[in-house]
Amino acid sequence: MAAHPEDVLFPCHRDMAMYFIRGVTPREVFAQYMGRIGGLTRGRDANMHMGDMNRRIVAIISSLAASIPVAAGAALALKYKGSSNIAWVVFGDGATSRGDWHEGFNLASVQKLPLVMVCNNNGYAYSVPVENQMAVANVADRGPAYGVPSEIVDGNDVFAVYEAAGRAAAHVRSGNGPYLIECKTFRMSGHAAHDNGDYVPKHLFEEWGRKDPIDQLRRKMLENGWADAQAIDSIAAGVLREIEEAVAWAEKQPYPDPSELSRNVYEEPCGFAWNE
Amino acid sequence: MEITFLEGIRQGIAEEMERDPDVFLIGEDIGVYGGAFKVTAGMIERFGERRVVDTPVCESGIAGAAIGAALMGLRPVAEMQFSDFITCCFDQIVNFAAKCRYRWNAPVPMVVRAPSGGDIHAGPFHSQNPEAWFARVPGLKVVIPATAPDAKGLIKSAIRDNDPVLFFENKALYRKIKGQVPDGDYTVPIGKAAIFREGGDLSIITYGATVYMAADAAAQLEKEGYSVEIIDLRTVYPFDEEAILESVRKTSKAIVLHEDTLTCGIGAEIAARITEHVFDCLDGPVVRVAAADTPIPFSPPLEKAFLPSVEKVLEKARWLLNY
Repeated sequence: MAAHPEDVLFPCHRDMAMYFIRGVTPREVFAQYMGRIGGLTRGRDANMHMGDMNRRIVAIISSLAASIPVAAGAALALKYKGSSNIAWVVFGDGATSRGDWHEGFNLASVQKLPLVMVCNNNGYAYSVPVENQMAVANVADRGPAYGVPSEIVDGNDVFAVYEAAGRAAAHVRSGNGPYLIECKTFRMSGHAAHDNGDYVPKHLFEEWGRKDPIDQLRRKMLENGWADAQAIDSIAAGVLREIEEAVAWAEKQPYPDPSELSRNVYEEPCGFAWNE
Repeated sequence: MEITFLEGIRQGIAEEMERDPDVFLIGEDIGVYGGAFKVTAGMIERFGERRVVDTPVCESGIAGAAIGAALMGLRPVAEMQFSDFITCCFDQIVNFAAKCRYRWNAPVPMVVRAPSGGDIHAGPFHSQNPEAWFARVPGLKVVIPATAPDAKGLIKSAIRDNDPVLFFENKALYRKIKGQVPDGDYTVPIGKAAIFREGGDLSIITYGATVYMAADAAAQLEKEGYSVEIIDLRTVYPFDEEAILESVRKTSKAIVLHEDTLTCGIGAEIAARITEHVFDCLDGPVVRVAAADTPIPFSPPLEKAFLPSVEKVLEKARWLLNY
């Protein structure tokens, strides 16, 4: 991995893998989605809104670009402590229109903070295509205005992304300030489960469907003889079994007790007669 | 020794920076310039650029960076140049900082300092009192000192607190108010009110600059034969409910006074708590005295009309005392 185990991660809501590389289990994820006690937030928050500082993962809030200044602050803390670790923040194309994105990016650059900015440019911010979000062609075009080296990479090519991440990490870890990677990819669904994405031209789904990153990786592994089809299928089947087991486990976990409602708003209860 | 309100804050910050290497300052013009009001004057010379971070103009960037650093275990003290500009980082404070502990058990031990308040003819964007916007956000603490020792003792407590604390500094008090500050490591607990003046006929519950307005009114009322108790909340949220109720149980009459605008202000909440908890003790309605429900105007006669005043307090107090 380009990220070190002690690097601080700021995943966005489409970055489940970042949780798994830090040891979050499918059981915890499903319990989180079901609002059960076994989830990372014990039912306090939903779906991908999860974090755990013991695993150095910071949870998003729904106004997504808000993570950029916070990631800059985590990077500032790493620099402050003289650490060789860095922060990684992931965001979509949509986030780059918000002021927080620009404030955080600029602050990180001016202060030369150890922050890798990773854009998952999937073509749409909810229903709005990139060409209606920005007057420049690429998110990476924004980088030079902040004095930040920026590159565009095929987001569906695992190896290209890995290599770009390595370049970014090398730059950032050497104390040169932030680095921006724009991964060009596509959102193969609507914004979320409720949205069928019918505003997206059909041909785009077809074109991008042929560039599926997992299919591409599989082909490459077979072509290079890194694994045979049977081994890959066996891994996939194992993952499905693990998911089924995790769902079954999560469904058996209890919901939080209503008596937990007022706990942990502050370190100490605030002492009002009827609140605690 | 006797120091100003401003020096109290500065001393408190400097002592915490000496005590704890994880405490650092971040904000606009706080370094070489020493802050718009010079609260951080001398800090960069004393502690260096690493611990006194001058930023671009980016309130949301400042608040967000403070949150990120706090999540990593540092204790940032962020400065808003004027509390009016805190609107620019409302999302960071209200949605990010306030909710991390509750959502995913991640403490955010940060302080946001901000000069607030009017009566300096600074107009709509350099005079506001934003405490009520934040006092109803679970997860935030809102502290507003009125005296020099409290300014020092509370900023130290705020820096040591493991939750996000908004620390509003009535800018009119910076150099006007002086007080004796005890030697040594002097702290004042967050969440505890102070009895600024003892009395038995009427409670005036207030905080910040209007503590002195209440004191002037109380001095006049004393000449008229009335004894007024002044409760200085010091912490606006979570406020010291018991101190308020205890005072009203004694006096049976209460005015809630603040410089912020009237409607949906802190006074509304306190009045509600008094009537809910000690209604049987009351000998009259709980009365609010606050600024008018308008933006804060610039021109001195308009600003005077906008702000609460000793005269307005006296008028309401006499009415209530004779109720």
